[in-house]
Amino acid sequence: MIQLRYFASLRESLGIGDEQIELPEDVHDLPGLTRWLQGRDATWASALANKRLHTAINQEIVKPDATVTDGDEIAWFPPVTGG
Amino acid sequence: MIRVQTEDFDPGAEIEQLRHRNKGQAGAVVSFIGLVRDLNAGDTVTQMTLEHYPGMTEKALSGIELEANDRWELTASIIIHRVGPLVPDDNIVFVAVASQHRQQAFRACEFMIDTLKTNAPFWKQETLPDSTRWVEPAET
Repeated sequence: MIQLRYFASLRESLGIGDEQIELPEDVHDLPGLTRWLQGRDATWASALANKRLHTAINQEIVKPDATVTDGDEIAWFPPVTGG
Repeated sequence: MIRVQTEDFDPGAEIEQLRHRNKGQAGAVVSFIGLVRDLNAGDTVTQMTLEHYPGMTEKALSGIELEANDRWELTASIIIHRVGPLVPDDNIVFVAVASQHRQQAFRACEFMIDTLKTNAPFWKQETLPDSTRWVEPAET
């Protein structure tokens, strides 16, 4: 299983903040996982196409081509605006 | 020390605690307080809600504090960030450092708040009189 998390405006667009799914068999990295999620429907396709989204794996910011493995917690979110 | 909380904080009391944590060693304390504004991009803001990524937030803030303590000689430091619904004039964030000398304290405090703004997973949503909107990061 992998844990997926979506925050802020992305969470609102998708209508979901977190979910657990089985790691799809042919998915090994972040671009693959994003494409797999975009295959769900037009809402997912367009929300995850946003080039400004950041990604974290196991709560660390990662590069867009990072490897995904079973058990990971993967998060997508817009640029941060705290402080 | 880092804290993420919905409750308000008392900057005066926090500074008192900071200066007493290493009594006698510090020659300077520098602090920063971030507040909710009632106007943003020309619009009246009635409420601001802070969302965050529990777990990652604490890691990010601890990492920022650790890096500041590596780069400057600090005798004590603290970051407090509030989450949840806030209203104009509320405290949002508090950063304070103590050091032997003021240059170190100024630089460390500025580094901590600047890095927090770009690296810590917080998101602001503003409530305007007729709508809500997510705050866009400032151009840097």
